[in-house]
Amino acid sequence: MNPNHVGANSFARLANRVRMNSHLRGVHPESHKALSAEPPIRVLPLPERLFVPLQQHIGAPARHLVSVGEKVKKGQLLAASVGLVSAPVHAPTSGRIIAIGDFPGSHPSGLEMPTLTIEPDGDERWIESEPPSNPFALSPEEVALRVGAAGIVGLGGAAFPAAVKLNLSRRSEVHTLIMNGGECEPYLTCDDRLMRERASQIVEGIRLIAHATGASEILVGIEDNKPEAIAAMRTASFASPVRVVQVPAMYPMGSEKQMIQVLTGQEVPAGGRAADIGVLVHNVGTAFAVQQALRLGRPLVSRIVTVSGGAIMAPCNLEAPIGALAADLVRACGGLRSDAARLVLGGPMMGTQLSSLDVPLVKGSSGVLALTSAEVEQTRPGPCIRCSSCVSACPMGLLPLEMAARIRAGDPASAVDWGLKDCIACGSCSWVCPSHIPLVHWFNHAKGDLAARERLKMKNEATKKLADERSERMARIVREREEAARLRAAKKAAADAAKKAAAEAAAAAKAVEKAAEKAKEEVAP
Amino acid sequence: MIAALLSLTLLGLALGFGLGYAAIHLKVEGNPLVEELEAMLPGSQCGQCGYPGCTGAAMALAEGSAPITLCPPGGRPLVEVLAAKLGVEVDLAGMADSGPQVAEVQEDLCIGCTKCYKVCPTDAILGAAKQIHAVFREACTACGKCVDVCPTEATRMIPLPATLQTWYWSKPEVAA
Repeated sequence: MNPNHVGANSFARLANRVRMNSHLRGVHPESHKALSAEPPIRVLPLPERLFVPLQQHIGAPARHLVSVGEKVKKGQLLAASVGLVSAPVHAPTSGRIIAIGDFPGSHPSGLEMPTLTIEPDGDERWIESEPPSNPFALSPEEVALRVGAAGIVGLGGAAFPAAVKLNLSRRSEVHTLIMNGGECEPYLTCDDRLMRERASQIVEGIRLIAHATGASEILVGIEDNKPEAIAAMRTASFASPVRVVQVPAMYPMGSEKQMIQVLTGQEVPAGGRAADIGVLVHNVGTAFAVQQALRLGRPLVSRIVTVSGGAIMAPCNLEAPIGALAADLVRACGGLRSDAARLVLGGPMMGTQLSSLDVPLVKGSSGVLALTSAEVEQTRPGPCIRCSSCVSACPMGLLPLEMAARIRAGDPASAVDWGLKDCIACGSCSWVCPSHIPLVHWFNHAKGDLAARERLKMKNEATKKLADERSERMARIVREREEAARLRAAKKAAADAAKKAAAEAAAAAKAVEKAAEKAKEEVAP
Repeated sequence: MIAALLSLTLLGLALGFGLGYAAIHLKVEGNPLVEELEAMLPGSQCGQCGYPGCTGAAMALAEGSAPITLCPPGGRPLVEVLAAKLGVEVDLAGMADSGPQVAEVQEDLCIGCTKCYKVCPTDAILGAAKQIHAVFREACTACGKCVDVCPTEATRMIPLPATLQTWYWSKPEVAA
């Protein structure tokens, strides 16, 4: 690697990096990026319907604010964020809301999720907005606030609300901002095209993010298989604090932890976050969305999506509104060949397999892939031969074969002792396994299983409390009844006694009267 | 007068200290295992195991007179933790596991008789006379008491539907 790329003041870091590189583990799947990297980004023709899910991010689903039949403008707030970790959803075009209800989503479960259906009117009328004349004059809090209000989430795929990350970084005083232009997933070229075509906007977005977090060192990591993107970003960031660094092409280079390790030589501690070592990582696409939100006042309503794979007629990158169906995108790229064997939303390593193309695009969708049977290997798993290929491949330095053996034996809890929680689910282990064991599937299953157990435990505790409260209440009711009965009995006794006393007094009075009369009679004669 | 006051005060103090000492130093320990086991059980006192509530079941478990598969609401996860706690080998293959369940009130059959919400050990049913009842899924332990008392068979147990928040990957296929 050429030291000039990094800048003069970072020889120490460079030395570190070289050392770390020699330790870096991962895999080298065939990139297939040439399929879609060359044609420029096209704008998807407006589909007939847009299906906008209310949950497109990690965290709580947004709460919708519109009703059926309502007319909306492009960029209008459709659903507000709920809670601390959440993101609002905006109208991807102008039109009418024609349905609010459940619609199949891009979730691997295939479960339906609350979705707004919009019938576009074709005018693409934006809402009026007043972008700040100089976004750099805003306070960091204000920038984070606007990023949150624009519904921006991490566009690299995880879809974590960007404003939450900005606020967290400011609180934990990050010093280094890393922009992730790794894009290590095969087939995907959306970040590559975005960096080639809109580098100046990205760089401005990066500077805004740095302004919002107070990071002093800004690095952009781009894999060396994207020379045009590196050149474009270098030109755009000339004479700015943003430094573009070329990193080796390797999967999973675009993973946050690996990118940090390569660029800073530091490792995120196990179970920790990037902010723990003073680093914040954002995707380059997120920087573009931030620039659009702060310069133009436009919320996140569209994104660049790679439509690729051997079964796509004319692979390319599309700028598509959120809510467009995967089928709309495929149609715009010439449609499917007959030999499509697998449909994927996202990248082939970590994406979601789709059973149908009728699922909407969400903010975190980076690609729609249609792969031929030659591109996907469908082999039944064999027994583990303990070759340890997965160990050499695991970028987190874990022992996938050991973890999988424990999970298979029905003991996912002990897999945690072997580092299950540090697994980033990149799928490198499954990719190298000569026995075709779906290792990452085992880990995802185990993580879900453990989370379900944790939920059950918490529920048991909560219901136990409810049961205790109820039995206490029942005991109190019985006690109160008894007390009331006793009180009533006492009152009755008192009343009876009073009555008796009154009767006795009356009788006594009568006796006295009688005696008096008698005396009178005796006296009278 | 003074003598009576003094003697009673002294008597009270002496007895009080005596009782306090006895409460600390002569404490009768409950079986700690019973307490631990009881903490694991759902605590809804539903009685489906045939014991008088969860304490009774925990005592029977500690004595070894009850099988660890006794608790239907606890299901398979509970059997696993009990087996680990008591050091018992258990063949889970034989145990039918319907997965987590939850009560449901079928609205077209509910007559609003309030019987079910009166028996619910965790107050998981919302209802009032002549109003259709509903179940809070988060609070339901699937003990089945409401199913037994419903005069119109409107309550039933259904598998807990997966949501986006609770769904997770199923177990992958194992090598043949």
